[in-house]
Amino acid sequence: MRSAVIVFPASNCDRDAAVALEQMTGQKAHMVWHQDAELPPVDLVVLPGGFSYGDYLRCGAMASQSAVMRAVKAHAERGGAVLGICNGFQVLTESHLLPGALIRNADLKFVCRPVGLEVDETQSAFTRKYEHGQRVHFPVAHGEGNYVADEETLDRLEGEGRVVFRYAGGDNPNGSARDIAGILSEKRNVMGLMPHPERVVDPLLGGTDGRALFESLIETLS
Amino acid sequence: MKARVFVTLKNGVLDPQGKAIGHALNGLGFGAVGAVRQGKVIDIELSESDEAKARADLKAMCEKLLANTVIEKYEIELKT
Repeated sequence: MRSAVIVFPASNCDRDAAVALEQMTGQKAHMVWHQDAELPPVDLVVLPGGFSYGDYLRCGAMASQSAVMRAVKAHAERGGAVLGICNGFQVLTESHLLPGALIRNADLKFVCRPVGLEVDETQSAFTRKYEHGQRVHFPVAHGEGNYVADEETLDRLEGEGRVVFRYAGGDNPNGSARDIAGILSEKRNVMGLMPHPERVVDPLLGGTDGRALFESLIETLS
Repeated sequence: MKARVFVTLKNGVLDPQGKAIGHALNGLGFGAVGAVRQGKVIDIELSESDEAKARADLKAMCEKLLANTVIEKYEIELKT
């Protein structure tokens, strides 16, 4: 599986994503600068975590207007896989590749800790290696991870099996509607989530619950 | 031409910052302060002289970048 990690000014989880991808796939990920209008030929595009453009105006707003996003949208339109993690999820909603929006955490606190998640959907390229209802722990580190959307959109997401991860056991760190932690696009090739799977792929990092996400993608896309 | 754009949260969107400001104002002794909501003011200088074109451009700016219309609404004021 060939992958690219997009690097915006002030992305800071791009190297973590690259390390995880190299560890899981055995291949180096292409690091693509936000001003590059073209993507190398890849199966997976990752939008990493961070504070792109200093979160100026709104988190992910400026990044969503970068030259590279035209190429990422085209890749998504062709059915290519896109994974947005944390700030990457924010860029995906600002780019309208995913519905809804991520706003300030309900209690105004920046939350930085492992959270319990439930895998709510396994019919996807991103989660097929998990069990339905499986409990996992990924770390979160965000101040604007509160997922909001109108009731119609939320009903449609749930009805179409597009809520992939939910905060479990009452452990919702940000007030997200319906405890939503990660969602799929309509065609199920784009996923955004606030927690960081790339930070739990190695026992040295304190957990390996994120491995199955990358294994799912490798199995689907290789 | 100078434009002033107001970007505010749509009704019903949670505004924890506004709430925190309200509590802080109450704490300062302003007990009459009830609900508070916070927004943004963006001042833009335009070299466009045609008012209709300026308004159309500003609307496009708001729709494309200045406001996230999922959660925000906007108002445009022009000073010719």
